[in-house]
Order: sequence, then structure tokens, then C-alpha cells
Amino acid sequence: MKKSIITVVGKDTVGIIAKVCTYLADRGINILDISQTIVQDYFNMMMIVDMNNAKKPFGEISDELAALGEEIGVLIKCQREDIFDKMHRI
Amino acid sequence: MINMYEVEETNKMIEKENLDVRTITLGISLLDCIDSDLAVVKEKIYQKITTIAKDLVQTGKDIEKEFGIPIVNKRISVTPIALIGGACCKTVEDFASIAETLDQVAKEVGVNFLGGYSALVSKGMTKADELLIRSIPLALSKTERVCSSVNLGSSKCGINMDAVKLMGEIFLETAERTKENDSLGCAKLVVFCNAPDDNPFMAGAFHGVTESDAIINVGVSGPGVVKTALEKVRGQSFEVLCETIKKTAFKVTRVGQLVAQEASQRLNIPFGIIDLSLAPTPAIGDSVADILCEIGLEMAGAPGTTAALALLNDQVKKGGVMASSYVGGLSGAFIPVSEDQGMIDAVLAGAMSLEKLEAMTCVCSVGLDMIAIPGDTKATTISGIIADEMAIGMINQKTTAVRIIPVIGKKVGDMVEFGGLLGYAPVMPVNQFSCDAFVNRTGRIPAPIHSFKN
Repeated sequence: MKKSIITVVGKDTVGIIAKVCTYLADRGINILDISQTIVQDYFNMMMIVDMNNAKKPFGEISDELAALGEEIGVLIKCQREDIFDKMHRI
Repeated sequence: MINMYEVEETNKMIEKENLDVRTITLGISLLDCIDSDLAVVKEKIYQKITTIAKDLVQTGKDIEKEFGIPIVNKRISVTPIALIGGACCKTVEDFASIAETLDQVAKEVGVNFLGGYSALVSKGMTKADELLIRSIPLALSKTERVCSSVNLGSSKCGINMDAVKLMGEIFLETAERTKENDSLGCAKLVVFCNAPDDNPFMAGAFHGVTESDAIINVGVSGPGVVKTALEKVRGQSFEVLCETIKKTAFKVTRVGQLVAQEASQRLNIPFGIIDLSLAPTPAIGDSVADILCEIGLEMAGAPGTTAALALLNDQVKKGGVMASSYVGGLSGAFIPVSEDQGMIDAVLAGAMSLEKLEAMTCVCSVGLDMIAIPGDTKATTISGIIADEMAIGMINQKTTAVRIIPVIGKKVGDMVEFGGLLGYAPVMPVNQFSCDAFVNRTGRIPAPIHSFKN
């Protein structure tokens, strides 16, 4: 399964999760895991998602998520899980 | 499953500590382009490279986006051109025209450097080798992206002193021909002892004759990551220090391994090696000299520098070999002057001399790299500097190199600007005593004895 990691970092505001999740649902991306904390007013979220049935190619989704982030005022990054897996697991 | 802390650590390395994949280098054999007709050779070279490398740059960009890791350079290395042009090139202009073809191809496929305008003359020079070497100044002045290298010696064959003498003159001539741009041509010219066949880093990359038709080699880097990791263990024992470097090198190399595998799969070209090097850039915080300072030196060049560098180099390799089964190329810490802000600062502060740099090359990767010297330095003196460096490589069975820039019209203390990743450097003083009589002897230095190690 092609898993990806979405990270959202930025100043906390109403509806960040809602907007990101709505976007993902519309594009056929399934959320497998979410962890989220707020440190000193800073919103910090990591999602593990499954993009196997995504309606668009990875590059476009990544660009659109970054644009969505700009709209909300947070930084959204989307990366394939492999880079973290390789680095932190033997 | 991957947790938030791990994701944050990786992304911090990329965003704040300049972790990147320094280069994906596609090695292409040109042996099947040999012909006795120069025009045919050039056409075949053009066809072969543009066919194999057509997707290289785009694939690099795709990988960059999907994994969120910058891949700074996409490059090509080819079979040493002295071998390819031997049958058809009768003049230096003939050879230089192949360089122009390579330059054109590099621009067309979008790579920023193409290496392999090279000759391997560790024992002797064929006519073609000599002709190619003599064409280097012309070739480098007429091209933008072509890099040239010459292997002058090896632990098995000794040092070809005739070629060393010739290269001293070639360095000066190249500098002269590119003097309008601070003798930039010399930044794309390097001489080696024990040159590796699979080095992905420029200017010394070429595709060795022992390699297959096409291969992907990847060079990783991350001096900033190592430095940041070491900030957390200040004042602790050598054991803790070494452990920290090893762990960091492992993580950095794994990223390179991942990128190499992906690139190899997508381009359908076999994966060759990962080059585990700490390669600095002029960007602040991307410096090998800063790591040496973090280990405990006031400035790079202070007493203890060679020991600190030896330790760093060894731990990087120890961590890296665990992360990839195929490690090759140069693999170690690079200590270029102009490409490393910490080194530039050390030279400006008077902490670093050419002699100390030479000592440092005994324990780390490559050698005297990107060092600006006065433009009025004698050719024989440059040959002497080269011979010293080649001797270190030959006796210690390691790769050493010299990429030195006699900047025409500049004196000690002047600043030279090369631009981009090549950075800038203060002109360093050179020992003024003559070695004419030594360099002017003819022949070669015999291979060293491989026993009675002391």
C-alpha cells in the first residue's frame, strides 16, 4: 500500500482539520491515522494517509495541499512515507 | 508506525539543517561511440546521451516532490574522452570540439555539469591522452558545463611525473584562458591519484571502463545535520561523539539510498553506488569546518584539526556503510575552501594554510580542493603541489586530488568570486622556494612497496 504522510504546522485556528479532511475526502484519500497537538498556540498535526485510490497524481495533490495551507495560514507538506521509514527503521 | 517526533526530526533536517541529496549522477559509457570519423563520433555521442538521459532531470524533480527532499544537482558522467576520441582526433581542436558537443548535450538534457573530459595516465600517456590533456584549456574556455579530470598516479603504478609536469602548465593555461571570469576554468579541472571509477561528484566524475553501459550513482550530503546533532553532545566523551556522528551518517545515507533506488527504478537504469560524503556548500550552516569547530576547535586549522577530521571521516563511513550495501566513489569529508564558509573564515583569520590543508588531506576524502593561489605562481610550483598530493594518495592507498586555481591578476589576500555552489575564496600564499629541478626530471616515480608497512 502506498502510504503518505501529511504534516500541518502553523498558528492554531478554527477548522484546520475540517478543511484538510474535506479536501482529502473529496480526492478519495483515506486517512489511516491522525495525531495532533498544540504547543504554545502552534497547531501541529501528522496524518498517515492511503493514496491508492486518489483521484489525482501525487504531485498535484501535494501542490494543492500546499495551496490550501496558504489559504488557512498553515504549512502543509505531503511526503511519501518511505523517507521516514528508511531513516528511522533498520 | 512512524510517529510525529520522527517525522518532525526528518523535516527539521531538510528545512533547517540543509539535508539534501547532493547529486544524482548518471554514468554513461561512450565506448560504443568510437569511430575514425570525428563527425560520426560526435553524432553518436549526441544520440546516446540524449536518449539515455532524456528523463533524468524530470525524474529527479519528481522524486524531490514526492519525498520532500531537495536533490540539488542532476549530472552526467561519461567514459574518459581520451579513449573515445583517440581514433578520430588529430589535433587539440578536434578534441575540444567533442567537449563542445558534450556541452551542448548537457544543456539540452538540463544537467548542470557533465564530467568525463578525462584521461587516465597513471603510468604513461598515449598520443591521444597527451592531445586531450593539451586540449583542456581550450575545451574548458569554450564550454560551460563540461568538467575535466586527469588521473596522474596510483598505488599500483606510481606517479607519472611527465604528466604531473604537463598538468602544472595546463592549470596555468586554463587559468589564463578564463581570466575574465576569475580563472573559473580551473574550478572545473581536477587531477587525481587513485581516481575512483564511480565517483558522482564533480569536477572529478567520469564513467570508468569497468562500469556497465549506464548506471546511477548518488552523492549524499549533510554537514549541517551532523553539526546540529553534535551541538547536543558538547563536552561529552569521544565515545558519545563518535556514536552521534555514526547515527547521523546512517540517517543521511538512508535517504540517499532511497533516492538512488527510486531513480534507478524509474529510469530503468541499474543502481551503482552511494557516495557517503560530507560535501559542504557556501550556505551558512552547511560547513564541514563548522563540524570541526563543534568537535572542539576554535577554528578549523587549529592544532587537533587533523585528528578531529580523521575521527569525523571514519565515523561517517562507519555509519554510512550500515545504511547502504553499495558504497563507493570518494566517500568521506570534503574540505574545499571556497565552497565552505567555515573554511573561508579560517583562511581569513589566518588559522588555515596550504600546508595544513595538505596534512588534512592525508586523513579525509579527496584533497586540495577549490583553493585560490596567486596567478603568478610558476607552473613547476603547481606541479610540485600536485606531486606532493599524489604522493600522499599513492603511499596511503587512498584517493587524493588537486583542484587549485591560480587566479590570473590576483595577489595573496584578494577575494575571488566563482559564484553559485563554487562559492568564493581568498587567494592563499604559496611557498616561494623553487622545485624546478625536481619537476624537470623526466619519467615516473615508481610504485611503492606494498609490504613493510610503517
